[in-house]
Amino acid sequence: MDGTSATEQTRGRPAAGDAVVVTRGLTKRYRGGQLAVDGLHLTVPAGSVFGFLGPNGSGKTTTIRMLMGLIEPTSGTADVLGRPMPRSARAVLPHVGALIEGPALYGFLSGRDNLLRYDAADPTADPRTRTARVAAALDRVGLTAASGKKARAYSLGMKQRLGLAAALLRPRRLLVLDEPTNGLDPQGMREIRALVRELATDGTTVFLSSHLLDEIEQVCTHVAVMARGRLITQGPVAELAAGARGRLVVTTPDPADAARVLKEQGLADVVADGDRVSAEPPARDLAEVNAALVTAGVRVRGFAVERASLEDAFVALTGEGFDVAG
Amino acid sequence: MSRAETAGGTGAEASVRPRPLWTLGLVRDELRTTFRRWRTLALLGVLAAVPVLVGIAVRIETGDGSSSGGGGGGPAFVSQITNNGLFLVFTALAATLPFFLPMAVGVIAGDAVAGEAGAGTLRYLLVAPAGRTRLLLTKYAAVMVFCLAATLVVAVSALAVGALLFPLGDLTTISGTRITFAEGLLRALLIALVVAASLLGVAALGLFVSTLTNSGIAAMATTVGLLITVQILDQIPQLHALHPYLFSHYWLSFADLMREPVLWDDLTRNLGLQALYALVFGSAAWARFTGKDVTA
Repeated sequence: MDGTSATEQTRGRPAAGDAVVVTRGLTKRYRGGQLAVDGLHLTVPAGSVFGFLGPNGSGKTTTIRMLMGLIEPTSGTADVLGRPMPRSARAVLPHVGALIEGPALYGFLSGRDNLLRYDAADPTADPRTRTARVAAALDRVGLTAASGKKARAYSLGMKQRLGLAAALLRPRRLLVLDEPTNGLDPQGMREIRALVRELATDGTTVFLSSHLLDEIEQVCTHVAVMARGRLITQGPVAELAAGARGRLVVTTPDPADAARVLKEQGLADVVADGDRVSAEPPARDLAEVNAALVTAGVRVRGFAVERASLEDAFVALTGEGFDVAG
Repeated sequence: MSRAETAGGTGAEASVRPRPLWTLGLVRDELRTTFRRWRTLALLGVLAAVPVLVGIAVRIETGDGSSSGGGGGGPAFVSQITNNGLFLVFTALAATLPFFLPMAVGVIAGDAVAGEAGAGTLRYLLVAPAGRTRLLLTKYAAVMVFCLAATLVVAVSALAVGALLFPLGDLTTISGTRITFAEGLLRALLIALVVAASLLGVAALGLFVSTLTNSGIAAMATTVGLLITVQILDQIPQLHALHPYLFSHYWLSFADLMREPVLWDDLTRNLGLQALYALVFGSAAWARFTGKDVTA
């Protein structure tokens, strides 16, 4: 009942501000008793490139599987495109392209035949435009030349591309990409990122899970961070990074003097490390701090505020290194 | 394929209404996928080889001019092959029905869902979205087609070998009456259909087993294991109370189609039993598959 009324609310709202994915208290406990996802309240705004970040084993894939109707939540609800999952899977999923936990292909079929099969599985896909759409998807991921080869002969990167092509067989409102750059070389990663940006420009919402912080930082507008099955934070990337404050870094051959002056200037948490002296940036004009350093005879070679990275934000949020599995 | 064409195709795509005949499209695709696998072709090849072996063996045994060698032993109708090649069809079906045919069906049915799960392709079919009930129906339809194809491969191969190695002509039924060769062919076709239908129980059982695991090999092995177990149970006289419920119990009743008039009792029991197995294990497969967490 709760889910239905919420659905109507979501549908009633103007399309522009619509959330594409909304979960409320989404929880999955596997039969072994392991709590994979714990009370997830996730909101993915329409038109965003939404980074879903967390170490391996933090519950990202389980969440994605629940969103796609592959597994039933233990409790809580998940609405995708304003409809409850998994109940509305048949209405919702034709609008969703997905790459879940890496590509899966029929090794004995060619790349093109793999796509033809996946397209045939979609009841709403028009068989008359099938070959044209398959060719377009192959072209989009740069696989046209290799489309006649058996998929078993594909490299991991090519398989990944073919998986992406399957997600792009039709125009989609939501793309769910689980670790899309896995197994790709740097050039391939750049291409995928460019493709994601291009799709987002076309208005497709992209839900991108990754354990690579710089990947999320480079392409995402919004981010949610998971650790050990729980959602730690979510919001625009800029806000999150801003949450972890940057540091003022002074490069100088006189670190002791510099540290003293910075302390005199009232800067907190002054740390000297070799020829680098860092401190929390003050609220006032940084030019005054620089002037004070120079006046005190400190030879300043570099003076900058280093922006906090998403990694700093993550460590600040979780209080742990990133590669720890839950 | 020109760029303009592809762009046009994508742009024209707007409707997302399910098409009424789409299920047939998926069945067609499933059949194409099934019959393009090496494994399927290898199974059919083995089945086609059985009548060749039987035919050559009978030919060599009787090559010295003596009529049927020994008599009594061997599968049904084997002693009549030398008089009429058409009997090779019946012999080959009788020889393959206890094991080769159901084993082949067990392999295909056991792999149907579990193989897709093991390869991970199941999750992409489901998010396509193929729909769980429809995918299961598609799989069962494809396995049914395989049952028919496998049986026909045996029958056609036997007919070809029989025509090559032995004379053809009017034949004598089990009841001793004579029927024309044309009617004999018709009966052979009927028998092939009954044999194919006899495999539907194993097919449903295999499909159910297939929904229980993510390993295609495990599902195939389990199905074939169950097949052998049932065959053994069917041989133990102390368990005769159980026998009428074993899917293989009435399999060889297809020979009754060679009687004049046809003896329908066991034939209908067989078909009824197959329908029961299909219903029970089909429902079990459906219940399992639609409620299952797909984690592979």
